[in-house]
Amino acid sequence: MIKSIQELEEIRKKALEELEFRKQQGEGIRIVVGMATCGIAAGARPVMLKFVEEIQKRNLKNVTVVQTGCIGLCKYEPIVEVYEPNKEKVTYVKMTPEKVSKVVAEHIVNGKPVYEYTIGYEENKEANK
Amino acid sequence: MPLYRAHVLVCGGTGCTSGGSDKIYDAFLKEIENFNLKDEVQVIRTGCFGLCAEGPIVIVYPEGAFYSKVADSDVKEIVEEHLLKGRIVKRLLYKESLEEGQIKSLNEVKFYKKQMRIALRNCGVINPENIEEYIAYDGYKALAKVLTEMTPEQVIDWVKRSGLRGRGGGGFPTGLKWEFAAKAPGDVKYVVCNADEGDPGAYMDRSILEGDPHSVIEAMAIAGYAIGSKQGYVYVRAEYPLAVKRLEIAINQAREYGLLGKNILGTGFEFDIEIRLGAGAFVCGEETALMTSIEGHRGEPRPRPPFPAVKGLWGKPTLLNNVETYANIPVIILKGPEWFASIGTEKSKGTKVFALVGKVNNTGLIEVPMGTTVREIVEDIGGGIPGGKKFKAVQTGGPSGGCIPASLMDTPIDFDSLTALGTMMGSGGMIVMDEDTCMVDIAKFFLEFTVDESCGKCPPCRIGTRRMLEILQKITSGNGTEEDLEKLEELAYSIKDSALCGLGQTAPNPVLSTLRYFRDEYEAHVKEKRCPAGACKALLRIVIDKDLCKGCGICAKNCPANAITGQIKKPFEIDQEKCIKCGVCIEKCPFKAISKKA
Ligand SMILES: Cc1cc2nc3c(=O)[nH]c(=O)nc-3n(C[C@H](O)[C@H](O)[C@H](O)COP(=O)(O)O)c2cc1C
Ligand code: SF4
Ligand code: SF4
Ligand code: SF4
Ligand code: FES
Ligand code: FES
Repeated sequence: MIKSIQELEEIRKKALEELEFRKQQGEGIRIVVGMATCGIAAGARPVMLKFVEEIQKRNLKNVTVVQTGCIGLCKYEPIVEVYEPNKEKVTYVKMTPEKVSKVVAEHIVNGKPVYEYTIGYEENKEANK
Repeated sequence: MPLYRAHVLVCGGTGCTSGGSDKIYDAFLKEIENFNLKDEVQVIRTGCFGLCAEGPIVIVYPEGAFYSKVADSDVKEIVEEHLLKGRIVKRLLYKESLEEGQIKSLNEVKFYKKQMRIALRNCGVINPENIEEYIAYDGYKALAKVLTEMTPEQVIDWVKRSGLRGRGGGGFPTGLKWEFAAKAPGDVKYVVCNADEGDPGAYMDRSILEGDPHSVIEAMAIAGYAIGSKQGYVYVRAEYPLAVKRLEIAINQAREYGLLGKNILGTGFEFDIEIRLGAGAFVCGEETALMTSIEGHRGEPRPRPPFPAVKGLWGKPTLLNNVETYANIPVIILKGPEWFASIGTEKSKGTKVFALVGKVNNTGLIEVPMGTTVREIVEDIGGGIPGGKKFKAVQTGGPSGGCIPASLMDTPIDFDSLTALGTMMGSGGMIVMDEDTCMVDIAKFFLEFTVDESCGKCPPCRIGTRRMLEILQKITSGNGTEEDLEKLEELAYSIKDSALCGLGQTAPNPVLSTLRYFRDEYEAHVKEKRCPAGACKALLRIVIDKDLCKGCGICAKNCPANAITGQIKKPFEIDQEKCIKCGVCIEKCPFKAISKKA
């Protein structure tokens, strides 16, 4: 029973959070997890689930987690790419659920990529040309 | 509350459901369970996405992958490839949605680009069976605003200023109707929603009820507040079981959440809604007949005035609006009347939902700003005519309407421009016709419908429309005369003038409108006994081209009517009296010597 507009507004906010993920990619930060066969074998699923968990825990808006197929660097799996609007993509390699917490805290929340987990920020730029 | 990383939206609209989307939904649940994705991926049934021709439709977010023509056998692949491994199943993507390997956002797809969704804003977006999803998208916020910040007079003033006109057919100014009902003396008043939707080919009201039932409930409560009513009724035809079910679920949830019933949102306002099932007679959509039917009598129209706003249900003042009309109300309250009035044409504001059917590539449910042209609808949104055929006309307004010929394709569509062309907005059925459609035949189709649906109360409609139908049958069977054409026109005008209710008054429109734009076609039937479109079977001739015929006799052997005679090695001939136009000989002739002639 909703007894006031405030209560209606609370339900709205809560329900909207749940629907946030039903937004098409585009605006906001996109976390792309490589989930081809070798990625899954290397443990990409727990990594992806950890991202989802962290985002929920911190109640982050405008962040989506999507999967992708083979990125082409199989030996570095699990690979995670982070796309922020108007910024260079950052590629994390050999990810683990433990590393995820730090990436979310420092990169997603505070905007500072965790370079030690990347494949070398500069090097990576080359690789993706 | 669990957070899902992916959402699978399966269309639960009418078209897709008949295409098997129920099975697809079940298959998703099963496969997602199999692959152990239950806690990560949510499957939701939504209302119609609009592109019914491409159905069954499945959309997967956050990628926004728009899968079309999905079969239950495809589900495993989508789950395993896309949901588990992140590889989009390209072969199932709606072809227009993939560009240079990138998925285009839905709004970029041509079908949606020229559309503007107000009444359909939540259809295909939310789960209609979950009130919280409706609330998430600002649902019941308009009701809250009205109850706490506005007086009933203000609400009516806003609706008036928005310029909204009734979407049930006539286009009467909605705000004015609300004002009449509010000002009518009496303590007990009713709010009624007309969800009868009798027009052949129209299914927009049904789609709104199936895809977003709460928007209608919210609007009715707002109307209740504006006119001073505590009780609403939705009159919906029993042939719409899914719409009825979703509406029932929605009403019950609204009651549970305290958004219907006593003391709504703690403001002291009281309003509740009941569903009334109709038997599905077309005339029951007429407002006076509808109310008689709700009262438990046979649904027959009565003369107006008195209008329902003064003397309606059980003799009390009653506000009656169409489903789509109501669906616009919450948005008008939230965004303001000026916003709404800025969309559309001078005298027709906002958008209109059309059920685009017939000879067009993208059949489905569309919503466009008033003033969109027929050309934009047929070519841009509809994707043109299939098979390289030529566009001939669109029929709007159903049995009460008429045609817009190809020459007037650039007419901006609104209530008044359609009336000026001799047709109607009606509830929004839009039937596209190509060169193979015979206009006399179309007029006959709608008249058959009218004759079946006439309630029989008044003679002009009961007898007159039947006489008109007989004449049309005579013409299409090749026995019409020029006097018949005159008689047809005469009858049409006199029925228009003398029938008691809107059904009879508008029944001659399809005939008058086709006579107006396609008179030559009628004349060809009558004078030359020829159907230019080649659609009237009785007027078709199957002929053998003497120059191409090698005299093999295969056609004669296969003709079930023994209509073909000849001597081997000489051209064969068809006896037109005996020929039943089955077309078998055309298929069998190895030399392509036989063809249909209009
Ligand atoms: C024969 C006949 C059938 C009608 N059928 C419908 C119908 O199915 N749905 C509808 O909303 N209005 C129908 N109408 C129009 C209603 O009588 C009424 O004008 C309308 O529901 C008012 O709502 P609005 O002001 O929101 O358009 C019909 C009218 C006639 C004459
Ligand atoms: S016009 Fe036709 S439907 Fe209307 S009251 Fe007369 S007979 Fe009945
Ligand atoms: S089948 Fe064709 S070619 Fe043979 S006799 Fe008939 S029309 Fe002539
Ligand atoms: S159309 Fe049928 S009935 Fe007529 S001639 Fe051909 S086979 Fe015989
Ligand atoms: S499969 Fe992961 S990079 Fe190739
Ligand atoms: S019913 Fe599925 S798109 Fe219309």
